[in-house]
Amino acid sequence: MKKPALERPVLLDVQDITRLYGPGKGCEEIDFRLHAGEVLGIVGESGSGKSTLLRVLSGLEAPDAGRVIYRRLSNEPEAARQVNEPEAARQVNEPEAARQVNEPEAARSGQHVVDDDEATSDFDLDLYAIGEARRRALLRLEWGLVHQNPRDGLRMGVSAGANIGERLMAQGQRHYGRLRETGQEWMRQVELDPGRIDDAPRTFSGGMQQRLQIARTLVTRPRLVFMDEPTGGLDVSVQARLLDMLRTLVRQLGLSVVLVTHDLAVARLLAHRLLVMRRGRVVETGLTDQILDDPQHAYTQLLVSSVLTP
Amino acid sequence: MHSTTNAQPRLTVEALQKSFLLHGQGGIEIDVMRDLSLTLHAGECLVLAGRSGIGKSTLLKMLYGDYRIHQGRIRLHFDDGELELESLPAYAWHGLRRDVIGYVSQFLRVVPRVATVDVVMEPLLARGADEHQSRQRAETLLARLNLPERLWQLPPGTFSGGEQQRVNIARGFIGEHPLLLLDEPTASLDAANRDVVVALISEAKARGSALLGIFHDEEVRNRVADRLLPLDGSLGACAADTQENLS
Amino acid sequence: MNGYNFAYLDEQTKRMIRRALLKAVAIPGYQVPFGGREMPMPYGWGTGGVQVTASILGADDILKVIDQGADDTTNAVSIRHFFQRVAGVETTTSTATADVIQTRHRIPETPLRNGQILVFQVPIPEPLRFIEPSEQETRMMHALEEYGVMHVKLYEDIARYGHIATTYAYPVKVDGRYVMDPSPIPKFDNPKLDGNPALMLFGAGREKRLYAIPPYTRVESLDFEDHPFEVQTWEHTCALCGSDHSYLDEVITDDKGGRMFVCSDTDYCQTRRGEVA
Repeated sequence: MKKPALERPVLLDVQDITRLYGPGKGCEEIDFRLHAGEVLGIVGESGSGKSTLLRVLSGLEAPDAGRVIYRRLSNEPEAARQVNEPEAARQVNEPEAARQVNEPEAARSGQHVVDDDEATSDFDLDLYAIGEARRRALLRLEWGLVHQNPRDGLRMGVSAGANIGERLMAQGQRHYGRLRETGQEWMRQVELDPGRIDDAPRTFSGGMQQRLQIARTLVTRPRLVFMDEPTGGLDVSVQARLLDMLRTLVRQLGLSVVLVTHDLAVARLLAHRLLVMRRGRVVETGLTDQILDDPQHAYTQLLVSSVLTP
Repeated sequence: MHSTTNAQPRLTVEALQKSFLLHGQGGIEIDVMRDLSLTLHAGECLVLAGRSGIGKSTLLKMLYGDYRIHQGRIRLHFDDGELELESLPAYAWHGLRRDVIGYVSQFLRVVPRVATVDVVMEPLLARGADEHQSRQRAETLLARLNLPERLWQLPPGTFSGGEQQRVNIARGFIGEHPLLLLDEPTASLDAANRDVVVALISEAKARGSALLGIFHDEEVRNRVADRLLPLDGSLGACAADTQENLS
Repeated sequence: MNGYNFAYLDEQTKRMIRRALLKAVAIPGYQVPFGGREMPMPYGWGTGGVQVTASILGADDILKVIDQGADDTTNAVSIRHFFQRVAGVETTTSTATADVIQTRHRIPETPLRNGQILVFQVPIPEPLRFIEPSEQETRMMHALEEYGVMHVKLYEDIARYGHIATTYAYPVKVDGRYVMDPSPIPKFDNPKLDGNPALMLFGAGREKRLYAIPPYTRVESLDFEDHPFEVQTWEHTCALCGSDHSYLDEVITDDKGGRMFVCSDTDYCQTRRGEVA
């Protein structure tokens, strides 16, 4: 029997991120790697800095210090660059020069990535060095963000179909019939009635809205998805169905996910690996079962033992 | 005693130690395992023996990455080299569990409201297997384990202990992992289903899987075990039934 | 007229507006902020267009003002009188002879020529406003060409009505770059924006924004491959001049359901009747 291939490429290389709003408010010196196909859970109490960290990771808020490197595979075209092809956009985009200047810097810190032999490649994107145009395009087209409150992630004024189609239209899809087909396919995928494609999201229940938000986010098949308490605020029965759906989608689409949750049961069922945060810092990391069944840090032990059924 | 003695071992454990440090209880440290070593070959079933609370489950959990390895070595041997589990980065365990190490625990832990047959076939789907074939395999296993067909489409959450156990066994065996850890898989089964599990274990051995198990049922133990490993000697004096208290 | 500078605005203000206009011409479709002045008329009556006209008007220019295509409606008449009084310029109703045409809601049917300037009155200059209330965000969206939401609106139209139901203020993309609101002209007029030899200036008084389409600029109306952009058509012809290719207004003639369709462009209609007669 041959040795199994256990190496997985690093997708997101988070290097010493600090973002503080005040002393102890925010996150400090966060350093980890997300590997392709991994679901990484960030757990901790409210105020532990996990939401701040998610904002920094997902490109919404620049860190005070540290870098977020998105490592793209060399054979992938960058959707974010394709979309801004028109001539004039180039001027708004970060000049090529800035990108090139930035690259050697990334290479220098290659030793940072100790758990992976892969050298920093030309395809790496330093999230906060690439300029706002490419960053926003990246977030819109290659990444996805699922908000806790579906209202924050949906356009409540337009139909379910328009919600699902928006990212595709942003990518330049201009065929109404196909947009609609794709919309209906995705509604089936997230267990919504495709017959309701023209209904406004406000006529949907909370759980249905959340599934619609997930369809809207995943329609462009992002490689990396950030989820902020995706099952928060839902009834327990609805939660279970959503959890199962998320697991299936992660497997079928080969998604890599950063999941913020305070619910250890959700973390147990969805996450492969956990980061435990407290007062803005990571106190413990490891396999999900390991964190929950054999916690090492005093705080993790307290957290795990405080839950009714972790 | 068995045919594979001369073959290269599949698993070797050397001088394994385990203790739990309980911060919440004044930082007391509890030793549950000291200086444990074992070798496991392909096609062999090694059964851990010893009284309850002696660290048998702890060992399985350490082998599965569930408990951390602080001291000692755990190595998996392959034709083209070996893998040290104590130094394996967390992300590498995902693939290892999917393809190499299987685990049948005493408790079923699944997403609520997911149908039994889907629970059972998930390990195959995780490898990218065809859904139709995976479903057939799952149904075959459930049928062998005498789980009534009307239950297959129901979530196992409300099943009896014995039924849940059988779902768990089906899920554990479907992946045909080269290394299979069995934590009392027959605990709440009747005689007929115990026979099925014994047959499944024999088939796994015949396939060349290496099995490490805990069986309290002496009859089953004698039927499946190629060797027994008494654990009493590897345990420190201070260890009591702490393992149960922790979990 | 005594007591006022030529064309009402002081020269400093005109200079400021001209600078803004130069920028607008340099970046077709881009909204340039300007220091809008209080005008002796309420917002919504064309204060943006009037300020643009006042800034570009020369003493020798001949001015035409139309509202919904007509030279004789209240808004058109009062603005025309305004400039007669404060600038003393010659005015006309003839599209062909005018140098500067200020318009609300129409582009004249008579093809414009190079050298003419068409000044549009604009109520809401921001085409993204319907979906994004934040000015900061819409400016960012323009800067980064994040125009996916424009098609969301068109998609929604088709989903709801079976076709793109937007009939006026139909969004366009200027010179392959900026998405622009052409002001509430009927989409019938959108094709006239494309490659037009005249300079087109847009002024929004309340929102204090200017934008421009320079002569011969490519202007595309947004659409879908399977729902291409189309203009309105009528089964009728103009009841007065018989035109079968101009934009028609429906006019109710009595209380018994009597009605007729006539050209909305009064000058065009009269010219045709003169020719026909």
